[in-house]
Amino acid sequence: MRNNWWKIWSAVLLVYTFVAGLLGPVPALPLLQETIRNLYFHVCMWFAMMILFTVSVVYSIRYLRTLDLKYDIYARHFAVTAIVMGLLGYTTGAIWAAYTWADPNKPLINSFSTIARDPKLIGAAIALLVYFAYLILRDAVTDIDKRARISAVYNIFAYAILFPAIWILPRILPSLHPGNDGNPALDVKNDISASMRLVFYPAIIGWTLLGVWIATLKIRIQLLADKKMMS
Amino acid sequence: MNKLGKLLYKELLLESRQQYSFYGLLLYIGTTLFVLFMAIDQPAAATWNGLFWVNLLFICINAVAKSFLQESRGRMLYFYTLTHATDFLLAKLLFNSLLMLLMSSISLLLFTLLLGNPMLQAAPFIGLVLLGGISLSLVFSFLAAIAAKAQQNAAIMAILGFPIIIPQLVLLMRLSSATFSPLLSVSWTSVALLVALDTLIVLMSVILFPFLWKD
Repeated sequence: MRNNWWKIWSAVLLVYTFVAGLLGPVPALPLLQETIRNLYFHVCMWFAMMILFTVSVVYSIRYLRTLDLKYDIYARHFAVTAIVMGLLGYTTGAIWAAYTWADPNKPLINSFSTIARDPKLIGAAIALLVYFAYLILRDAVTDIDKRARISAVYNIFAYAILFPAIWILPRILPSLHPGNDGNPALDVKNDISASMRLVFYPAIIGWTLLGVWIATLKIRIQLLADKKMMS
Repeated sequence: MNKLGKLLYKELLLESRQQYSFYGLLLYIGTTLFVLFMAIDQPAAATWNGLFWVNLLFICINAVAKSFLQESRGRMLYFYTLTHATDFLLAKLLFNSLLMLLMSSISLLLFTLLLGNPMLQAAPFIGLVLLGGISLSLVFSFLAAIAAKAQQNAAIMAILGFPIIIPQLVLLMRLSSATFSPLLSVSWTSVALLVALDTLIVLMSVILFPFLWKD
């Protein structure tokens, strides 16, 4: 029980997110209206994704420092979970954009190429492509130690270039997305009302903890499977 | 420093002894451009810009892929006993940058000859092309090292490298499209940003290469 307190927190925070997020007061803004509640889901997915990718890189660094294969498994599963979070972020974003950004006079599919050009979407797409490439690279190498080392090197290299880029791109491209003038996501102080922040912050923590929970379960399964294989 | 010079000299010597790859690259540029020349005549400035950078990207992959893939296991082991990882890597990076400087100049020349010249401010554009050539070669040199260690071909370099290079490529395209108009000027902060990114890439390569290098 001592080590599970954060799982309870995750569940409690997510129940709170769903109840307060769907029933709580939100400002009635033109165009956005009730879709603004998606903030508690869509934005949190990206936060969780970024945090999990960072955790994955930290484990890659730890792998290179210790050469303990356990950390390689950690890095991989945190990256996979982050990818799932990213895909969910895309889906929730697409639903949101369909009601707010898309041209209502044209079929939805026609607006796709315009929307996908948004710098925040480009940044997110690049992050996902990098980590898909990471998984491909892992599968391309058969030797376990070599795979761990090469993929850790790529993970660190890509992350170090990716993250400055995600902060740079929004500064040079025009965008519809909230949080312009160089902010990679949105301006929490000015874009979100006080009552929404009361749900938003717990939601970020809740979703991130859920991601960590999923990743740790996958890691435990992998470690058990490896143990069975070794014996 | 001396070792670095010797290693660079060795790269140049190898290139001059095995000229097939150099001429192969030239032919690659020539044929690609000829295909483009057949496909479209006199593209608009924006199209020209896009084609030019994408073309440079593919040239870079072909030019740089060889640098690490050509080294056999035995030869890498030999270098391991002779030099330090940093010297070895820096020599490769320098050589690839030189190669890409040459190749990007040649492709720029051919582009203007075959597809017209939309540049209204030639000097900044040429500067950007040279800087872009170096940026591309730095990123792909390190990825070539990864691909070589993973015993894969140039295709995996493209998968690994394209997502990483997009931000730099977007910056370069943005900057270079400014040179197509007589009034806009190239923003120096963006150029500084590109140089900073290049420095970051060299730094990361130097830090991470020793881990790849040990077998």
